[in-house]
Amino acid sequence: MKYLLMIYMNPSVFDSLSEDERNAIFAGHDEFQKPLKESGELIGFAALSDPSQSITVRVRDDALSATDGPYVEAKEWLAGYYALECESRERVIELAAQIPDAKLTAIEVRPVMESSGLEM
Amino acid sequence: MTTPHEIEDLLRTCAPQVLGVLVRRYGDFADCEDAVQEAMVAAATSWPADSVPDHPRSWLITVARRRLTDAVRSDIARRRREETAAGQAGFASPAADDETPDEDDTLTLLLMCCHPALTMASQAALTLRAVGGLSTAEIARAYLVPEATMAQRISRSKQRIAAAGATFELPPEPELTARVRVVLHVLYLIFNEGYTASSGASLQRAELADEAIRLTRMLLRLRPDEGEVAGLLALMLLTHARRAARTGALGDLVPLSEQDRSAWDRQTIAEGDALISATLQRAPIGPYQVQAAIAAVHASAADPADTDWRQILMLYQLLEVLAPGPIVSLNRAVAVAMVHGPQAGLELIATLDSDDRLSDHHRLAAVRAHLLEQSGDRRAARAAYQAAAKMTTSLPEQRYLESRAARLS
Repeated sequence: MKYLLMIYMNPSVFDSLSEDERNAIFAGHDEFQKPLKESGELIGFAALSDPSQSITVRVRDDALSATDGPYVEAKEWLAGYYALECESRERVIELAAQIPDAKLTAIEVRPVMESSGLEM
Repeated sequence: MTTPHEIEDLLRTCAPQVLGVLVRRYGDFADCEDAVQEAMVAAATSWPADSVPDHPRSWLITVARRRLTDAVRSDIARRRREETAAGQAGFASPAADDETPDEDDTLTLLLMCCHPALTMASQAALTLRAVGGLSTAEIARAYLVPEATMAQRISRSKQRIAAAGATFELPPEPELTARVRVVLHVLYLIFNEGYTASSGASLQRAELADEAIRLTRMLLRLRPDEGEVAGLLALMLLTHARRAARTGALGDLVPLSEQDRSAWDRQTIAEGDALISATLQRAPIGPYQVQAAIAAVHASAADPADTDWRQILMLYQLLEVLAPGPIVSLNRAVAVAMVHGPQAGLELIATLDSDDRLSDHHRLAAVRAHLLEQSGDRRAARAAYQAAAKMTTSLPEQRYLESRAARLS
């Protein structure tokens, strides 16, 4: 099953960290990725810019509007993701717990919808 | 004139035989497997232009062996060797009378690929590459993952097999039969990946069903007396025969009872039907055979109303004894409802609510929804369809369940 692991960020939590602690988080991501690349469980990943860099695009009555800033203003926001393919729910939970941010905020894990289906 | 399609078929038939010869001689499965892949790439590029050699298998063995010895040599020489010279050497035309395998090692290869040290996903990927002769890129496209991810999975699998100390020989009975069961399960999973693929968008994925059928046919030639191999092939054929009718114009799922049965592939049904009938008469019964028999009963009904549900119910009762599990019980509940009415089916699935393996499973909610709809309880049916739609992780199933719910509002 493919899963999206969404990493949430809370700037006030992050700001309270020391330089070393921050570096440990970045290094922790490198460490996290390495075995997953080797095992073939890692499908993709990305880190996202600050939400102040977001562009929110809407189309209403065929008219496009693009405004700066996020769609939803929130204290916590999506900072990045990992796309993984895992054998089991237990395995993906085990991996989510290894993401450094799990200690600070939380990782939201959601199964990716499949294009296959069984007639019922 | 040989068409590219014929060349591909030929190459893929030769692939496991060539690999068998190499592993037998040189021992290292991982390196030999890479060498065979390279030889196949070389053949695919040089054969159509140069015409196919008289002894394609010998050609492939010679080229693969050169690649292999080149690889070994380059390891020893720490890559001092000129790459270009080796590249050209590989395309030279080998002697025609080279070597012919005196035994077919395809079964040994299948067991190796489906080694118990591997996850099922890895077993499937490795089987498709080493026995099926598919390239990593093709397998990656079929499983909708990046090529690098699939390449990693395959190379990791080969390391695991080596670390597990696997030897290239057939295990004695009864281990052999048990290991063949694992192969059957892997082939069944490959088939399902392909069969359940939505039409159109993922053609490569749908081809997995054909590939699984091809490999199961090959396994049946190697194990002709094993009833479950024949049972699995019959099940695949009888299921695959419905592929044109299982989805609508928009890729939407069409349930069995609403399929256009004139679009079922009669020739494939006849083959599956003959195979399962013959097998049931001579082999000890097993779960794949029973599932094939159920598929055959469905296939023999020209109209859904003509379906012999009593026989299907009897077969599900037998399946529940042979291979008990909550999904089998759920399917039996559908048959119970068709024979004894929706209420009887609903009572049976109520007992499955407490089963942890099924309690949050969308198929339990979907079956409940269908039975509630049959019983005339539209409001409860709608709620159950909506609950099932939320639980499924399949887009076509979700659309189907949402549209059933919408019909009842």
